[in-house]
Amino acid sequence: MVGSKKNTVYSMLILLPSLILLLVFVYGFIGNSFYVSLTDWGTGAALRENPVKNLIGLENYRQLFTGAIHERFRQDLINAIFYSLFLVAGTLGLGLFLAIMLDKGPKGENILRTIFLFPMALSFVVTGTIWRWIFSPKGGVNLIPTWFGMERGDFLWLSSREKVALFNWQSVPQIIAFILFVIFAFMLYGGWKNGRKTQTVWGAVLSGLMLFYAAVLHYLLPPILPYAEFHGFSLATVGIIIAAVWQYSGYTMALYLAGLRGLPVAMYESAKMDGAGDITYYLKIAIPNMWPITLSAIIIISHISLKLFALIFSMAGADNASTGHPSVLMYLITFRANNFAVGAAISVILFLMAALFIIPYLIQSYRARR
Amino acid sequence: MKKGLTLMITLLLLLPMVSVWAGGQQEGTATAEETETVAVPEVKLDYGKPSGDLEIFSWWAGDEAPALNALIDLYNDNYPQVEVINATVTGGSGVNAKAVLKTRMLGGDPPDSFQVHAGQELIGTWVAAERMLDLTPLFESEGWMDVIPEDLINLIGTENGIWSVPVNVHRSNVMWYIPENLEEWGVEAPQSWDEFLEIAEDLEAQGVTPLSLATNWTVNHLWESVALGVLGADKYDGLWNGELSWTSDEAVEVWATLDEVLEYTNDDFSSLSWQQATDLVVGGDAAFNIMGDWAAGYMSTTLNLEPGSDYSWAASPGTDGVFMFLADSFGFPKGVKNPAATLAWLKTCGSKKGQDTFNPLKGSISARTDSDLSKYNDYSQSAAEDFADNRIVGSLAHGVTANEGFMNDFATVMEMFLNNRNPEQAANAAQAIAIQNGIVSR
Repeated sequence: MVGSKKNTVYSMLILLPSLILLLVFVYGFIGNSFYVSLTDWGTGAALRENPVKNLIGLENYRQLFTGAIHERFRQDLINAIFYSLFLVAGTLGLGLFLAIMLDKGPKGENILRTIFLFPMALSFVVTGTIWRWIFSPKGGVNLIPTWFGMERGDFLWLSSREKVALFNWQSVPQIIAFILFVIFAFMLYGGWKNGRKTQTVWGAVLSGLMLFYAAVLHYLLPPILPYAEFHGFSLATVGIIIAAVWQYSGYTMALYLAGLRGLPVAMYESAKMDGAGDITYYLKIAIPNMWPITLSAIIIISHISLKLFALIFSMAGADNASTGHPSVLMYLITFRANNFAVGAAISVILFLMAALFIIPYLIQSYRARR
Repeated sequence: MKKGLTLMITLLLLLPMVSVWAGGQQEGTATAEETETVAVPEVKLDYGKPSGDLEIFSWWAGDEAPALNALIDLYNDNYPQVEVINATVTGGSGVNAKAVLKTRMLGGDPPDSFQVHAGQELIGTWVAAERMLDLTPLFESEGWMDVIPEDLINLIGTENGIWSVPVNVHRSNVMWYIPENLEEWGVEAPQSWDEFLEIAEDLEAQGVTPLSLATNWTVNHLWESVALGVLGADKYDGLWNGELSWTSDEAVEVWATLDEVLEYTNDDFSSLSWQQATDLVVGGDAAFNIMGDWAAGYMSTTLNLEPGSDYSWAASPGTDGVFMFLADSFGFPKGVKNPAATLAWLKTCGSKKGQDTFNPLKGSISARTDSDLSKYNDYSQSAAEDFADNRIVGSLAHGVTANEGFMNDFATVMEMFLNNRNPEQAANAAQAIAIQNGIVSR
């Protein structure tokens, strides 16, 4: 008993320096960014020795989401969501496919494995430079049709201004309310089915509120923007997504391959015995059994998707708004325009987006350890 | 499980407290009213004999390094006791260097002198931040007031002083073409945008792109040439001194003209570098290109073309007699480690010998009107003549007329315009950012 107390003191002492450093350099600085985002630090005299900072509350955030000149931020935010979705879907899909192919133990498996994994060793800057050449409008992939005697392709991979799946920014609150309604409705259903009273009541109240907002209140309140502003999936991002998927599918392949090899052989054999084909085995048995791997892959890749800065910067340039990402915009607004407060507000929003991915993961791994 | 969550929530709640504490440490007591009345510190003319180390911060690497090195060699001949440290951060027009410079200045470690675009890019950032010394005494004692054009001195100074020594002058409003090709297509360099639009029709019918364009910033570059051509020099200046509203009919007309001109450019412009846009003209795919006169350096030096015969130039349509300039310059930051050596450096930069050493290699012209023209090539000689007797206005895309905040926001407005091609909306947005960045008052 005495010994364990002593141990606790020792371990606390050993942890203390890194805890303090962490508090100051991570949480303190996050806090400071948050504070800066609430001020008006920027414009002309921003770089004075003692810059004047006035607290202006959430004005910077309001401007970002509803101000006329921050249209680019809103499109970048939409881009970020699409980047994350497609990067996760692409790397998981392709990685799983490659892993299953290699799981069959083809000839030269070792070499193939290394080849698929290699792109991950490159930095985003190298990947970006290579793929910029591949996607240049008058060369690269656009030349492929000429091999078959056809016209040269004319798709502008990185600079197309076309957008698809357009929606009006004014209806974003309605869309969010509807998504929340669906989530709360599931909560209600789950509570009702399992006979949990509190969950049922909360689910009913919240889903009702959201439905009321989406169906009625939204039309009564003034719109968040005085005019319609259309955003959508920018086709120029396809090039960036392909390059990023190329770089990271080797990594998900390695994860899945380890997962497949980790499954007991008996599982495969008994599935075979029961007459399951390869497709049934992978689809119905292997993939569901690898759920923990899929989950951590989703979290890692979506996390990477928030850090696409270097890839976009080297591949399309920071000024190319069609491929924009909030992190690139943050750099421009902070270091080119000296608008530190607005830059801080963007980074806080990015931080919250990252937290959205990380916190469920932390909770899950904490539960698992228990 | 619950404990962990509580801990996390507590930590999150603590964040704002930490931030208030951290912010409180930084907040200054100075207010805007107080600081405006403080007298501007001037440069002293005697810091003693220069010796020790001198750190020169610039983005002149690669093609531009030989010019800087020649200037440093000249400095070392005059002041052999000083060890020059050449600190360069690569990246076109200083995009990376400026960010590094900001962290160094904020960290209290200013280089002894740094390269900066003359004009509002320096004034709006570093002079507004009160981190520069007024160089008026130096200009007077060196006699630069008489040899540097007055228009130029007005653009690199404010009523409180002159803030940097220009080492070179580039021209922004130049239209480049290949005379042989124009003859073949049966057109001549247009004198106005209306004339251009007529010619463009003809060129397009012959399968030639009338005007080649490149990445984002070159569109801003084109905008300033269009604006100067449509408005004329007085009204163009009016945009920057608040005499002409950004939402006026004339200003909307600029955007409308740009909209028409953009119809006659290459579709893939956003993916090209400015050199590739020049290549389109040289290769005969495009007729004209509007670019600063570093394009002359590229064609003469890299492509080995003869100015005047292999390639030729004219002022961009409607801007004959006006010289839209941009300049690189060096200033004197407060609190430098070696003021004596810095002063000597600025003297070298502004001297006739210094400018005539640097500029022929850089492909630019001297900011002085008394330079030795025999050292320059044909293009530079013609530019120098224009510089001496033309009306001089400042460039937006290269930092003369507006601060960095406006420049960055203007690029965003341009993106918006390229997406929706709505002149009215672009004019309104430009007015909004002009107010926000203090170009015009409310």
